[in-house]
Amino acid sequence: MKLQSYDVIDHVYDVIVVGAGGSGLRACLGLAEAGLKTACVTKVFPTRSHTVAAQGGISAALGNMGEDDWRWHMYDTVKGSDWLSDQDAVAGMCEQAPSAVIELEHYGVPFSRTTEGKIYQRPFGGMTTHYGEEIAVRTCAAADRTGHAILHTLYQQALKNKVEFFVEYFALDLIMEGGECLGLMAWCLEDGTMHRFRSKLVILATGGYGRAYFSATSAHTCTGDGNAMVLRSGLPLQDMEFVQFHPTGIYGSGCLITEGARGEGGFLTNADGERFMERYAPNAKDLASRDVVSRSMTQEIIEGRGVGVDKDHLYLHLNHLGRSVLDERLPGITETARVFAGVDLTREPIPVIPTVHYNMGGIPTNFDGEVLTQTGGVLTTVEGLMAIGEAACVSVHGANRLGSNSLLDLIVFGRSSSRRAATLLKGQARAPSFNGAQGEEAIARFDQVRGASGGSPTSVIRQRMQRAMQKHCSVFRTEALLSAGLEEVVDAWEMFQDLSITDRSLVWNTDVVEALELDNMLRQSATTLASALYRTESRGAHAREDFPDRDDTRWLKHSLSWVGDTLEVSMDTRPVVLTTGDYDVQPIPPKARNY
Amino acid sequence: MAQFRLPVGSRIAEGRYFNYNGAGESMRRVQVYRWNQESGKQPQIDTFEIGGEIAGPMVLDVLIKIKDSIDSTLTFRRSCREGICGSCAMNIDGVNTLACTTPVADLPETIKIYPLPHLPVIKDLVPDLEQFYKQHAIVEPWLKQSGEAPDEERLQSPAARAALDGSDECILCACCSTSCPSYWWNSDAYLGPAALLQSYRWLADNRDGARLERLKQLDDAFALFRCHTIMNCTSACPKGLNPARAISKIKKMLVSRQKGN
Repeated sequence: MKLQSYDVIDHVYDVIVVGAGGSGLRACLGLAEAGLKTACVTKVFPTRSHTVAAQGGISAALGNMGEDDWRWHMYDTVKGSDWLSDQDAVAGMCEQAPSAVIELEHYGVPFSRTTEGKIYQRPFGGMTTHYGEEIAVRTCAAADRTGHAILHTLYQQALKNKVEFFVEYFALDLIMEGGECLGLMAWCLEDGTMHRFRSKLVILATGGYGRAYFSATSAHTCTGDGNAMVLRSGLPLQDMEFVQFHPTGIYGSGCLITEGARGEGGFLTNADGERFMERYAPNAKDLASRDVVSRSMTQEIIEGRGVGVDKDHLYLHLNHLGRSVLDERLPGITETARVFAGVDLTREPIPVIPTVHYNMGGIPTNFDGEVLTQTGGVLTTVEGLMAIGEAACVSVHGANRLGSNSLLDLIVFGRSSSRRAATLLKGQARAPSFNGAQGEEAIARFDQVRGASGGSPTSVIRQRMQRAMQKHCSVFRTEALLSAGLEEVVDAWEMFQDLSITDRSLVWNTDVVEALELDNMLRQSATTLASALYRTESRGAHAREDFPDRDDTRWLKHSLSWVGDTLEVSMDTRPVVLTTGDYDVQPIPPKARNY
Repeated sequence: MAQFRLPVGSRIAEGRYFNYNGAGESMRRVQVYRWNQESGKQPQIDTFEIGGEIAGPMVLDVLIKIKDSIDSTLTFRRSCREGICGSCAMNIDGVNTLACTTPVADLPETIKIYPLPHLPVIKDLVPDLEQFYKQHAIVEPWLKQSGEAPDEERLQSPAARAALDGSDECILCACCSTSCPSYWWNSDAYLGPAALLQSYRWLADNRDGARLERLKQLDDAFALFRCHTIMNCTSACPKGLNPARAISKIKKMLVSRQKGN
């Protein structure tokens, strides 16, 4: 149904950053410092981005609270990734971590402090010293609100550097021509106008898609819009089968309880009151990496040792830490546990369950953030397009991300992408304004959704997709489960073709926003399931009961997935980088992974 | 006696009534302020009877239930659903707060939900926060330091860091400023509790080198001194912060500066 024609407002910038979370804002700062005319397009006000909810901290081998070395950090990250990360990228990230964190402190981040006045650090899952020998104290924290502290500080710096924001603009699609990205179409919610952005470079910093699942620690706005724009442009996503379940989401609400709670000494128990992690990970125990802890918890529940009436969750104990540690180090989760679980942490354990938390997969990029694609086995960069943060798959997290490596990823790659952009655009004239009908497909798609008068409301289709993902693409997977899940998602996609929209307005039409987000999530759900079917081994967060072992001969490689218009997924692979480039560190050859 | 009518946008009509037709008793009635500028109509109050299963215990869960299963045109901001992003600030039963951390069980049987008061409305429960964000930027809320930064982090003792507690946790939800009568009357010139709390956050940070400059900026009849210690800000803050105390501390800093300290 055609409602009306749309007037389009044109803009020309050197760079468009989509998203104003940690990586997007850090990129904006670098671009502003380089003197590039930058627009930051974001669907929520910057401090409402989901980085704000990160709790435990940001990893960096500062050595403030004990001996440390970035090479040990690299070893832990590669081992945590189950060897699926690209080792040159991991080396770069870990080497740059200390300077990235010091820079944040100089920006004004209110880190907690040691008695000497240095940045406070805490133990975190999978973080060790001397290549797995002892538990490292590496994760830099601002109480348990590190994401809030970092995101607000980056926004403050963006104000200082006069970054131009387009706040509450919903990005519809990339404008591509001949395989090159020329800009972006976006919809301004405040007044309902359409905006066409032309630039030499678009940087996607659009985060993950946790809301494709029924229960996630992710915010309602985590719908992976950038990933879906890439898919619609005919480009692949990488390693989409790797979805991280955080061991400690609050049972029921799914709200996050930081791994820092276990870093400060918290532990998990089953219905027998047993500290079961001692059985699964004799050395690291409750601080094993997240995939290991989530699998162990799920195993406990499957074997009937869950707690509660339905024996379907477990307990996280913090009461032994005492009020002063809770008040000083974990005030945020103390409040969250009170509000969302009705629990007084000084007396009672928190009911917890593994909950969808993070997407290791995403848009394939190199260390500089440049987006990659592969045709006929040849890997090339996509001109004019970069991706950073959770949206990107560099890959530094491989098959399983370590806690506190995500905030680090945002800062390091936000910074490296802006540096690369400055090099690429140096001496270049600004792109000329669009002179044709570029972007009309994006508006046609928008108009079709806005005018949809079928029989299925967004909420019904979305719930169908979320239930399918929750049931069929969870901690343990089998071919039968995944195939059935893919069928259900394709059913939901067919329902989406019969979408019903009630609100026809243009101003702040969240009926349409949610439908566009659903379109985005359906495509990513399909790639996630298809990639999980494709990978016939178990590695990191991807545990196939029908293929229980890691298979380095066949599968030490990244998966690539493309999605067509009828949601059909095609797959390919590319090699994992097992060398460390110019970095002063030896590669870490694959070996058995025990904690 | 002359009689004046309020402008059309300020006259609120009775809106639609949605009966609960599901199984069992309806649990609640929710009255929600509705306004869509594109409809050309005046604002109205719609009433929704709510029953059956709700995904969670909070007011936000009820709003999502209404949007998902009764009226998908209902418009509100929301994101994190755990009280950290500050998106879903609104006036619930006469109190400015976050919908995502307000339990329905604590509210009367009929719940009244309005947008944050004294702000222009864009649509339904979505207010225009532009002025609020501008005032936040006016206090130049970033670390100011002259000279080169050291190679390492700047040292700060745990006690000096503790001076920031209660101010750096602000989530910019605007519950405090929009609950302040003084801000309602003078929101063009009085910065309001949220911006002043932000200002205090930098005045209290011993790493900041612009204390005097910051104080000077606040030293006029309106920017700071329109605070009359009404304390609505402190009662409204959904994070339990105390902007009123921060404002009084700034006033004290100004006085002691004028004494020549």
